[in-house]
Amino acid sequence: MNSKGRFGEFGGQYISETLMNELIGLEECYNEAKNDPSFNEELESLLNEYAGRPSRLYFARKMSEDLGGARIYLKREDLNHTGSHKINNCIGQALLAKRMGKTRLIAETGAGQHGVATATVAALLGMECEIFMGKEDTIRQALNVYRMELLGAKVNAVTTGTMTLKDAVNDAMKEWSCRTEDTHYCLGSVMGPHPFPTIVRDFQSVISKEARKQILEKEGKLPAAVIACVGGGSNAIGAFYNFIEDKDVKLIGCEAAGKGVDTYETAATIATGTLGIFHGMKSLFCQNEFGQIAPVYSISAGLDYPGIGPEHAYLNSIGRAQYVPVTDDEAVEAFEYLSRTEGIIPAIESAHAVAHAIKIAKDFSKDQCIIINISGRGDKDVAAIARYRGVDLHD
Amino acid sequence: MTDKIRQSFEKNPNKKAFITFITAGDPNIDSTYEFVLNMAEAGADIIEIGIPFSDPVAEGPVIQNANVRALKAGITTDKVFDMVRRVREKSDVTLCFMTYANLIFHYGYDRFFEKCRELDVSAVIVPDMPYEEKEEMESVSLKYDVAFISMIAPTSEDRALMIAKEAKGFIYVVSSMGVTGVRSSISTDLEPIIARIREVTDTPCAIGFGISDPEQAQKMASISDGAIVGSAIVRIVEKYGKDAGPYISEFVKSMKEGVLRA
Repeated sequence: MNSKGRFGEFGGQYISETLMNELIGLEECYNEAKNDPSFNEELESLLNEYAGRPSRLYFARKMSEDLGGARIYLKREDLNHTGSHKINNCIGQALLAKRMGKTRLIAETGAGQHGVATATVAALLGMECEIFMGKEDTIRQALNVYRMELLGAKVNAVTTGTMTLKDAVNDAMKEWSCRTEDTHYCLGSVMGPHPFPTIVRDFQSVISKEARKQILEKEGKLPAAVIACVGGGSNAIGAFYNFIEDKDVKLIGCEAAGKGVDTYETAATIATGTLGIFHGMKSLFCQNEFGQIAPVYSISAGLDYPGIGPEHAYLNSIGRAQYVPVTDDEAVEAFEYLSRTEGIIPAIESAHAVAHAIKIAKDFSKDQCIIINISGRGDKDVAAIARYRGVDLHD
Repeated sequence: MTDKIRQSFEKNPNKKAFITFITAGDPNIDSTYEFVLNMAEAGADIIEIGIPFSDPVAEGPVIQNANVRALKAGITTDKVFDMVRRVREKSDVTLCFMTYANLIFHYGYDRFFEKCRELDVSAVIVPDMPYEEKEEMESVSLKYDVAFISMIAPTSEDRALMIAKEAKGFIYVVSSMGVTGVRSSISTDLEPIIARIREVTDTPCAIGFGISDPEQAQKMASISDGAIVGSAIVRIVEKYGKDAGPYISEFVKSMKEGVLRA
C-alpha cells in the first residue's frame, strides 16, 4: 500500500495526478518546517502578537448556574484576530507557502471566516489572494465578502452545484490544478488530500494545547468533556487533539442537522453519511443511493458541507469521539441563549456546540467541568438570525 | 482486454489511435447509445464513456455542464451499463469508462468490474485516483481483465517513470495544467515527457485535454500514439442535443483523418 495520510481506513490522497507533486512538496516542506526553530518562532510570534493568542478559557458562571450541572468553560477562539479559530491555520499555511516560494494564496470559504482569515494573512505577508465562495453563501454572508475585498482579496462567487461550501472547494481545487507554480491552496479544514488533514490539525491543535494547560491551572483536573461543532472539523480536531490520550475526557462533535437528520435538509455527515471518496479523501459523506454527493443544508454556512475530515471519521469509528446532530432551531436558541446569559454572541457554527452543552450540562455533577470551543464570534450571523426570527433589518 | 486496447492502436497504418469521449445520459441515454455507434462508425478507435458524477472536479465547464444535464435527466451507473449492453449488440468498438472514484467505490469494485468484463469494457479512467491510491481499485479491476489507465501530467516530473512502468492499456498524457476543456493552443512541451515514458514502457501514450481540431489532433498524435478528444464532442451535444449525431460523425471523421496524417 503506497497510500499516505491514513487514519485507519480514512484519509489518503484521492486527487488528480496534476496536483500530486504539489502535495508531496507541501508535505516535505511541512516536515522540515515543523522541526525548524526559526519557523516555529515566527509562527508563535504571529499567533501571539498578531492573532492575540493564547485565547482565554473563560468560566461561564451564569450559564453554569442556570443549567445546574457541570462547570462550563468557554474556549474563546472568537476573540482571536479575524474572529475565529481559522487564523491559527492560515498563519501556519501562509508561512509554509512563503517557505515554498509561493506568492499567491487561494482558499475556499463557507461562512467567510476562513476566507477572511486567509485574506488577512495574505495582506499581512504581502501575498496575492483569491477566495472561492458559493454564491448562496456570498448572499448569506455579504458583509464577509466586502471584508475580504477590503483586505485586498478577490472573491469569486461559485455558481455551480449547490453554490455552497462543497462547490467552493471544487472550484478552489480546479483553480489550484490550473496554477501551482506561484499558488498555494490554503485549505481551511482538516479535510482534503494528505497532508492537509494533518497539517491543519497540527496548526489548530494549539487550541487544546492551551485549553488543557488552562483547565489544569483553573480546576486542577481535566474536563469531563470537550464539545465543539463539526463541519469539516478543524476547530473540533484542534479542541480535541491534546485530550485524545486522556481517555476519561469525552470528546463530542456537534454536527449541523439542519432541519433534522430524518429530513433531506441536513448536513450531519456522521449521522446520515456513508463511506465514500471525495475531495481527496476517503471518509464519510452525505451521498445518495447511487454515490452522487448529496446537496446538504444547514443554517450555518460554515457547517454546510457533505463530508467530514478523515480523522473525525476515524475517532468516530473507534469510539474515541462521539458525534451528535444539532438542528437549526436548537442552534439558534443557543445563539440567543449565550448572547443573553453571558454577553457573548457566538458564531452560529459554535452555537451548535453550545446547544449540545445546554442539553447535557445537567448530566454532570457540580464538581465536573466541560469545555465548549467557541470557534468564532457571531457578528457575521446577526442579520441571518434576525431574518430567521422574521425581523426585517435595514443596514 | 489490454490486447484489445493495443490492437486499437496497431490496426491503423500509422499505429495511432483516435480516442473520443462522451458523457453518458446527455441529453438522454438513448442519444448516448446513438452517439457511441456514430463515433464507432466514423472511425473512433477507442470510446470513453463518462459516467456522470455530481462533482466532477477534473472537468471544465463543458463536461461539468454535461454531467449536470445527464444527472437531471436521471442517469445512473446501471443505466449506463444497460446502454453499453445495447451497443454491444451492434459494435465491438473498444470501450472505456471514465468516472470518479466514488461512483465505482459506491457501486462496489467487484460488482463494477465484473459488469465491465461481461460487457467487454476494456479499461477505466479515474482522474481522482493517482498512483498512490490505485491499488485498491486496480487489484480488483485486473481480476476482471479491465485495465486501470494511468495518467501523467505536465507536473509529474520524475513520477512519470514510476507511473509509466506500471501502466496498462494506454497512458493518458494530460496536455496541460487544469481541467478538461478546449484550449486555443497547448503550450506544454510534451515531447520530453513522452520520451521519458518511452524509456521504460512500450505501452501506447495518448494525449488529451484541450484538443479540438484536426491540426491539433495530428500534432499531438505525431508526438505520441494518439489523441483524446472530449469537450469538443460534448460541446456538439450541448449545441444540438439529441440531433447531434450527424455533427458528431462529421467531426470524428475529420479528427480521425488528422490522427491518421500524423
